[in-house]
Amino acid sequence: MNNRRTFLRGFLSVLLSGSAIGGVLKILPSNAYAKEVLHKGKWYGFGVSVDKCIGCARCMEACKTENNVPREPFFFRTWVERYIIRNNGITTVKTIEPNAEQTPETASDKAILRSFFVPKLCNQCAHPPCVQVCPVGATFQTKDGVVLVNEKTCIGCRYCIQACPYGARYLHPGTRTADKCTFCYHRISHGLLPACVEVCPTQARVFGDLNAAASPMSRFQRMNKIHVLKPGLNTEPKVYYANLDGEVR
Amino acid sequence: MSPEFIRTLQDLLPQIQGFIYPNEIEIHWGLLIVVYPYITGVVAGAFILASLVKVFNVKEVQPLYRLSLLTALAYLLVAPMALVSHLGHPERFYEILLTPQTSSAMAMFGFVYAWYLMAVLLLEIWFVHRTDMIEWAERETGVMRFLHRALALYSRDKGERAVSFDHKALKVITIVGIPSAFLLHGYVGFIFGSIKANPWWSSVLIPIVFLFSAIVSGVALVIVLYMIITPLRGGKIDMRCVDKAVDFLFYTVIVDFSLEFVDFIHRVYQSEEEIKILSEMVMNKLFSSLIIIQVLLGMLIPLVLISLTKIFRKRFALNEDLRKMVYFISVILIQFGVFATRWNVVIGGQMFSKSFRGLTTYKMEFGGLEGLLYSIALLALPIVILAILMKILPPWKEMTGEGDAGGGEAVAGS
Repeated sequence: MNNRRTFLRGFLSVLLSGSAIGGVLKILPSNAYAKEVLHKGKWYGFGVSVDKCIGCARCMEACKTENNVPREPFFFRTWVERYIIRNNGITTVKTIEPNAEQTPETASDKAILRSFFVPKLCNQCAHPPCVQVCPVGATFQTKDGVVLVNEKTCIGCRYCIQACPYGARYLHPGTRTADKCTFCYHRISHGLLPACVEVCPTQARVFGDLNAAASPMSRFQRMNKIHVLKPGLNTEPKVYYANLDGEVR
Repeated sequence: MSPEFIRTLQDLLPQIQGFIYPNEIEIHWGLLIVVYPYITGVVAGAFILASLVKVFNVKEVQPLYRLSLLTALAYLLVAPMALVSHLGHPERFYEILLTPQTSSAMAMFGFVYAWYLMAVLLLEIWFVHRTDMIEWAERETGVMRFLHRALALYSRDKGERAVSFDHKALKVITIVGIPSAFLLHGYVGFIFGSIKANPWWSSVLIPIVFLFSAIVSGVALVIVLYMIITPLRGGKIDMRCVDKAVDFLFYTVIVDFSLEFVDFIHRVYQSEEEIKILSEMVMNKLFSSLIIIQVLLGMLIPLVLISLTKIFRKRFALNEDLRKMVYFISVILIQFGVFATRWNVVIGGQMFSKSFRGLTTYKMEFGGLEGLLYSIALLALPIVILAILMKILPPWKEMTGEGDAGGGEAVAGS
């Protein structure tokens, strides 16, 4: 009697702990060699040619107009950073301001090692940490790989803002909900380009379906050495940069 | 959109050092989110102190048992208020309970909170006070009689079997309660520790550091309350009890300090890409709150003070008042230290840019939901609730050691 009870108890606990361990293992990512999960259908991506950007800030202006982003310089769905790397190793970074009157900071050419502009926007990560942390599921990834926010259910806890490694999110002061770049989802779902891509005079910004062999995006990926921001965080960004400098974070 | 808010942000612009991402100017989690982990920490800590009596049979701290349970409850009731008021849409908070997203650490709040409140704290308090409430109701009239009847859920059984069942139930609840208290606060730590985007937060040690600082703050707070309330009621402070509780506090502070020190050494030794901006932040922005208040005033000085009472045991044994004073100063300092710990984690984690190239500043408001006044009110509210709770479930007999010293939940004076 006692023996059977001990046996049953032992058996049960092995069973339980076994399934618990199994459950844990299931969460672990198992395909270590595959770079990305293949997605069927449309899977949108974005390309930025760092060398082509002239820092005109039209993309910032177009974005604010298209998406009703507050005009104040604290809320951006996209912005452009200017990097100046000097001979002495000091790097200065600034966000360029959308009004054209500014006189850009210049140093004597000899003191500058290199200098360039880097457009930034939401990376529409394949593994978005913002989606993972949202307590109510108000921010989500669409089937075509765009991360959106439902402003009707967002409770404004700002956990997603904390979780974004790229500073791409802000709390919209009007709606009191989280807001971010949507790749202009209202436009791309009608076959148009995102506003920033549309207005870019140098075609520094490219947009398209990563799965389509003939899209400008695929061509961008074929023709350039590409890099993403903060790859070490395993967020798998879908904004790809050509000729990105190592100083850029 | 209020123009005032925009003006606050504009005022911050010149204070930015280096480069930050343009969306990073606003510090999103302000004072309220500092208050929240502080309060849940007190809950967890006070409960651990209570379990010292029940599970580990430390008889000396019996006078603190009911006080610490009621303190835990009073603070637990206030904890969600801090969270809800900081939301952009407080009226939607129920979404987190109705449609929680399972992958979100924050969404688990409802479950952890409900579990702790319903399955642990309320149950334990009910079983502790059940026979008492029956007794009180028998002697009372009017509202209080009704209240105690109702709170006892109209149970009237004071028989031996019922009382021994109470005892057994209490034992089980406390044993379940300890991991639950750990869960409650470890979980709060996890909310921060699991954010990989933020190197100041992202550390496996954070939940454990939170846990130990929680125990520290809870125990220290109950000691403060005991040392204030007892003389106010004309009772005598039981020094054996305070000695023991301070002893326990002392060792927990040492563990807490060591853990934070390990974390510090680890960061400095590994020296990853964020180390420069983090050390700049600590030296510029957090110097007074981290080095001075948290480490020096909140840990080292209390440790030295309490050690003195141990080293010069004989001298301090003779002079009870001196010992009392040293203890009192130490526990108050520890309280400030733990609050500073929460501040440094929450605010510190948002003062540096995720580009690791610059720092922003936190400007505390005075009025409004995010302001200082409201937070002070939130910190004072548990004390008010505690006063009400002590009216309903008076812990005096146990606190003053009358009747059954060490008898616990057995009815005193019967």
